[in-house]
Amino acid sequence: MIHSLFLINNAGDLFLEKHWKSVVSRSVCDYFFEAREKAVEPDNVPPVIRTPHHYLINIYREKIFFVSVIQTEVPPLFVIEFLHRVAETFQDYFGECSETTIKDNMVIVYELLEEMLDNGFPLATESNILKELIRPPTILRSMVNTITGSSNVGDTLPTGQLSTIPWRRAGVKYTNNEAYFDVVEEIDAILDKSGTTVFAEIQGVIDACVKLSGMPDLTLSFMNPRLLDDVSFHPCVRYKRWESERVISFIPPDGNFQLMSYHISAQNLVAIPIYVKQNISFFETGPSGRLDITVGPKQTMGKTVECLVVTVHMPKVVLSASLNATQGTYNYDPVTKILVWDIGKLNPQKLPNLKGSLSLQSGAPKPEENPSLNIDLKIQQLAISGLKVNRLDMYGEKYKPFKGVKYVTKAGKFQVRT
Amino acid sequence: MSASSAFSDEKGGSASEPEYGHDPASGGIFSSDYKRHDDLKEMLDSNKDSLKLEAMKRIVAMIARGKNASDLFPAVVKNVACKNIEVKKLVYVYLVRYAEEQQDLALLSISTFQRGLKDPNQLIRASALRVLSSIRVTIIVPIMMLAIKEAASDMSPYVRKTAAHAIPKLHSLDPEQKDQLIEVIEKLLADKTTLVAGSVVMAFEEVCPDRIDLIHKNYRKLCNLLIDVEEWGQVVIINMLTRYARTQFLNPNINESLLEESSDKAFYASDDEEDEDKKAEVATLAKRKPYVMDPDHRLLLRNTKPLLQSRNAAVVMAVAQLYFHLAPKAEVGIIAKALVRLMRSHSEVQYVVLQNVATMTIKRRGMFEPYLKSFYIRSTDPTQIKILKLEVLTNLANETNISTILREFQTYIKSMDKDFVAASIQAIGRCATNIGEVRDTCLNGLVQLLSNRDELVVAESVVVIKKLLQMQPEQHSDIIKHMAKLIDNIQVPMARASILWLIGEYCEHVPKIAPDVLRKMAKTFNNEEDIVKLQIINLAAKLYLTNSKQTKLLTQYVLNLAKYDQNYDIRDRARFIRQLIVPTDKSGALNKYAKKLFLALKPAPILESPFKDRDHFQLGSLSHLLNAKAGGYQELPDWPESAPDPSVRNVEVKDSIPEWSKCTSRKDRKEKKVEKPFYSDSEGESGPTESADSESDTGSGSESASASDESGSGSESEESGEETESEEEEEDEEKEKKRKKRLDKTKAKKPAEESAESEQSSGTEDRKRGRKAVKNQKSASESESESESSESEDESEEEESEEESESDTDIRKKKTPVSKQPPKQSKKESKKETQEMSLLDLDDFEPAPASAPVTPVNFLSSSLVSDLEGLSLTDTILAPTTIAPSGLIKMYELLHRITGEGLAVEYCFSRQPFSPEPNMVAVQIQFTNNTNSETKNLHIEEPRMQSGMRIREFAEIDMLAAGESVTVVMGIDFCDSTQAANFQLCTHTRKFFVSIQPPVGELMTPAFLTENDFKKEQGKLMGMNEISEKLTLGEKCVNEHVIVERVTATANLSRVPCGSDKECRFAGKTVSSGCLVLVTVTTKEGGAAQLTVNCEKMVIGTMLVKDMMQALSQ
Repeated sequence: MIHSLFLINNAGDLFLEKHWKSVVSRSVCDYFFEAREKAVEPDNVPPVIRTPHHYLINIYREKIFFVSVIQTEVPPLFVIEFLHRVAETFQDYFGECSETTIKDNMVIVYELLEEMLDNGFPLATESNILKELIRPPTILRSMVNTITGSSNVGDTLPTGQLSTIPWRRAGVKYTNNEAYFDVVEEIDAILDKSGTTVFAEIQGVIDACVKLSGMPDLTLSFMNPRLLDDVSFHPCVRYKRWESERVISFIPPDGNFQLMSYHISAQNLVAIPIYVKQNISFFETGPSGRLDITVGPKQTMGKTVECLVVTVHMPKVVLSASLNATQGTYNYDPVTKILVWDIGKLNPQKLPNLKGSLSLQSGAPKPEENPSLNIDLKIQQLAISGLKVNRLDMYGEKYKPFKGVKYVTKAGKFQVRT
Repeated sequence: MSASSAFSDEKGGSASEPEYGHDPASGGIFSSDYKRHDDLKEMLDSNKDSLKLEAMKRIVAMIARGKNASDLFPAVVKNVACKNIEVKKLVYVYLVRYAEEQQDLALLSISTFQRGLKDPNQLIRASALRVLSSIRVTIIVPIMMLAIKEAASDMSPYVRKTAAHAIPKLHSLDPEQKDQLIEVIEKLLADKTTLVAGSVVMAFEEVCPDRIDLIHKNYRKLCNLLIDVEEWGQVVIINMLTRYARTQFLNPNINESLLEESSDKAFYASDDEEDEDKKAEVATLAKRKPYVMDPDHRLLLRNTKPLLQSRNAAVVMAVAQLYFHLAPKAEVGIIAKALVRLMRSHSEVQYVVLQNVATMTIKRRGMFEPYLKSFYIRSTDPTQIKILKLEVLTNLANETNISTILREFQTYIKSMDKDFVAASIQAIGRCATNIGEVRDTCLNGLVQLLSNRDELVVAESVVVIKKLLQMQPEQHSDIIKHMAKLIDNIQVPMARASILWLIGEYCEHVPKIAPDVLRKMAKTFNNEEDIVKLQIINLAAKLYLTNSKQTKLLTQYVLNLAKYDQNYDIRDRARFIRQLIVPTDKSGALNKYAKKLFLALKPAPILESPFKDRDHFQLGSLSHLLNAKAGGYQELPDWPESAPDPSVRNVEVKDSIPEWSKCTSRKDRKEKKVEKPFYSDSEGESGPTESADSESDTGSGSESASASDESGSGSESEESGEETESEEEEEDEEKEKKRKKRLDKTKAKKPAEESAESEQSSGTEDRKRGRKAVKNQKSASESESESESSESEDESEEEESEEESESDTDIRKKKTPVSKQPPKQSKKESKKETQEMSLLDLDDFEPAPASAPVTPVNFLSSSLVSDLEGLSLTDTILAPTTIAPSGLIKMYELLHRITGEGLAVEYCFSRQPFSPEPNMVAVQIQFTNNTNSETKNLHIEEPRMQSGMRIREFAEIDMLAAGESVTVVMGIDFCDSTQAANFQLCTHTRKFFVSIQPPVGELMTPAFLTENDFKKEQGKLMGMNEISEKLTLGEKCVNEHVIVERVTATANLSRVPCGSDKECRFAGKTVSSGCLVLVTVTTKEGGAAQLTVNCEKMVIGTMLVKDMMQALSQ
């Protein structure tokens, strides 16, 4: 299974190593550095690298490479999934998973890694268990710790590990019992030049924040569960109930977690909330190009589109852009060749427009391809698929919890080809 | 060590505190001077925990950064008994890291852990074992072995889990312990808790993956526990079970594989050999028995399916590969959706999933076709993802979708990512070779690309065009000419070489241009790359042979240049070619054949996917990803020819191993709350240590002995464990009681369920009976005081049983049509009752809207009256009511009323011709609404069929009032196969996935033949088309009458008159294709008989024989 783990930052500095079996020399990472150099972009580093005696499986997250060393056959997804889980745990503990936070909390990180794997096999990956074993740092606690010299290690028994519901710790107590659910949907779409949909689907997740005392047993039901055709659940959800009754029945973990994710595929009609009219052209004669983009609402279900951002990856030959936006601000970075137009709220009366000229490197041939536009947007109080939570019932506890559901639609990988 | 401690005593902790307090953990790490370490030593020796902690934190931070901290070992190791938990933990971290380097000193810590192993707190026992087993010091192997053995029979599942984790550690430390470890694994495999299952299978995989025999007894248990095991364990178990299943079960696609293979191979130009293979296989097929899935095989498939919904990508992938390798072809499709969902995940996950999808698409293209668009490429995808998606798209391309795919490719070619563009062009080339219809379109497109500004694009196009042209050069001399012109501009060596090769190969198509190209190339010969030079020599040789008048001198010149080239390959080639083509005195016979040699017709290259044949690696494995065997990879075995004995998986119920059921952990937790903090050592030191020592002594003594001793020594130690031990025993009792209670409850539920749900698959049946037996022993005394926790336990139990029964009905649906197995006979009784009831209902409902007559009259009787007249038996046949119920039409369940939320649906094969479409089988469906409200809009949606199968839906039922039932008729064209027809049954609120699988006998209609015709037809269907089996008739098959009845009940056939009274003959036609099916039953002395079936469709024939055999031998 997993032999060792190295954390490497974007500059190629190895800043943490952890071994679960006998020590593997860090020189094994040279193979990784070689591949990293060859790949140019960090995205393109192959996730699995073969070296004469080991296999390196790596993920790239938050500008850190998590490089694990494997010696024998193991499903690669097993390792990849685990590494992502590690990154998520760091995020959970320190608010963000970055080189600085990891360096600042080196000891906790090390303790976490120690608990998460035993002899290279995952032992405790549920954040609820880990938090019982090792308390996450808070400002208050770190102050107390420096003064009194007390520890971050929990002095209670990590009983969750023994339970049949390992995701929930026992003896949870809140004065305000509350359960909030966020239905977040992302639209993945490819629109072609003329604005017709080449491909569209909805990726939804239901994030939950449950702060309830005791051992509540919750049941969440939908108005239209038939929409949900392809789903995946947090381990706490009872599959059978879902299969037979189409309700989500579960004993929730304590705190924040992702209850389920679902996928509404292209076959169903996916509403596209905006349309984009664009015209980007480059001219052979004279080092220039023209750009004209207009965005307008399409199927917004009567809601306002917010946080609208258009991002364009320009061809390398584009030196600068002199544009005029009727709404919002634009910014062209000549180094990364990325044009970002931050529109903000979409006003259906006065459609935002960005227009102007692009100057190209002189002498270079005109680019073959027009760049595609990536759209970012957000619609509050709307799940674009039409999914609606019907009710939330609680069993097993006496008190009355506060309940709430929020809907948000966002653009996922929303691309307009030009 | 003692010196340093003395030192610290003198100085005292308080004095040094301010000195280190200001120094944050990260600060001093980079300076590895010895002074620092002295400071640390001092801090460790102080008696203040805060100082120790500070020191340990800094040391751990050093380790984390890869700095060497080994010289602190003595100072650290003595803190192993420190009372502060965090210090202790950090010391453990240090110890595990450096023990290997300082073995002698590490031994000092061992006694602490040994003491820990005896702690009454299970978590402390576990953690002691964990650290002890992580210390890689060979001297303590015997101690570890003993500790593991003891922990393996610990009452706490958590400790047993830790023992399972320790097994591979010990194995890697000392492989000679393997045999003993296997015994421990065997013991732990029998464990019934989910906590242990994943870990022990992991140990099994690392220590003895080839000992498949250890799994037999635990197979069903593992399948049933699977869903509750933690996710990482699930992955390991599923992968192991995949391998197991491949050794124990038959290939579910055994009958289809032939058809499928032949069609697949046609795709990649079939060879003669394959044809032969096929014939051989067809021959063997005739002999082969029809396939019946082992219930255990089904159990595995059924229990892994819900895990496709897991949030863990590794679990989903594991299930997907299991289905890919084990499921019948018709069922593999369900994994596609889940895999497509994973594509939304992190790019690394995408990468791995796409690799596996690429392999799957080659074998089973149809599976991913509906998701084609999910593989469309975005400009923001990383290049490696783009190229994999391209691979999948190319594999998915077929005649129907090629135009959409090519349109997509067109946009890809314009991308800024040049590597990706090159890959796209290659993909177009592959589509063009595989799909003849679009070859010209692709070629034209590629030729247009030749005028692209980007040289890489042009070069790649040239290479691909070269390959395409090779398939049909005659029509494309203009393209060759065009390419000849390009040689002036293209600099990419591979492209230049390709052009030259093309011109040389087809110089007869471009007789004027070719010499000129050679002239140009001769000029630049010295500056070319090696591959180009070789092609220039080739071109020269070919031209010399075809057109020596014009090119003789040029060729001489080129060969001379090559003769003095720096590269020996080129010099060699030049020498070789000169000898071959230029006639000299010595060159001899070869010279004559030069032209044949050079201008022989060359087979066009086959553009193949790099993922072809990768599926011989287990999908989802590292080896598959790398396309090379990784260390420790276990080959996926081939299906066995005949299934090994399935009874090895039967479990005797009276298990000697104490069962710690789920509730134990719960209980423990509760009781533990009162206890002291984690890792605490508060109790006295002397007593336990001694006992631990003595323990280890006896342990090392008995250690060499075999495992049979082991349990003995275990109990001994328990006895010596004094009071605490007896307490534990009490606990046990309590737990035992609880369990009983729970079981009682479930038992109470069970009878009700059973009557409602009919039968259970035999395996689970056994198990349950066993459980019940256990329960019965203990049932009495318990009252109602249930604690909350055990209530929730019950619930899960309930779910489980629900699931079982549900899926059992499922299994029966699939099984019955293929073969009516004898053991079911007893259970049919109960079913019959319900049948008859429903028949009555039918009569009540005479004026149903459906056109077909509703009363299930035996079709045979009416139509055969005339034919059978004069035979002594006719009148009995005509009175079906007097015959045993097997003559009645069987009802099958389509939707149980519980799963259908009150809507019950049954169906039967009415044996009436389906009037709207004569080649469809009529299926009569009866809906019963058991709810209190009316059900509306009953109709069918989304039929998912095997290719060729069709469905003729019944008219939508607008409304079905509460308590009512209605009968309709629909037609299904099964294409003469027993493939299930899958579709959704929709009401106004719900959709149900249902499937109808016909018994083979229902796929035919009676045919009326005379005796002579019968003999004539039978004569035509000899050889491979004839299957004949000997059988012993069942006790009740006393006379001809019963035989006739049995045969006609099994298959929809009509009787053919026959002179001999020892023979019964039957004839029918398959519904779809109208192939004749002839059945002859010849009775002999003493209940023996011979059954002969003649049918052109061998699969139908073999299946029919099997069904008949069963019907007749009952």
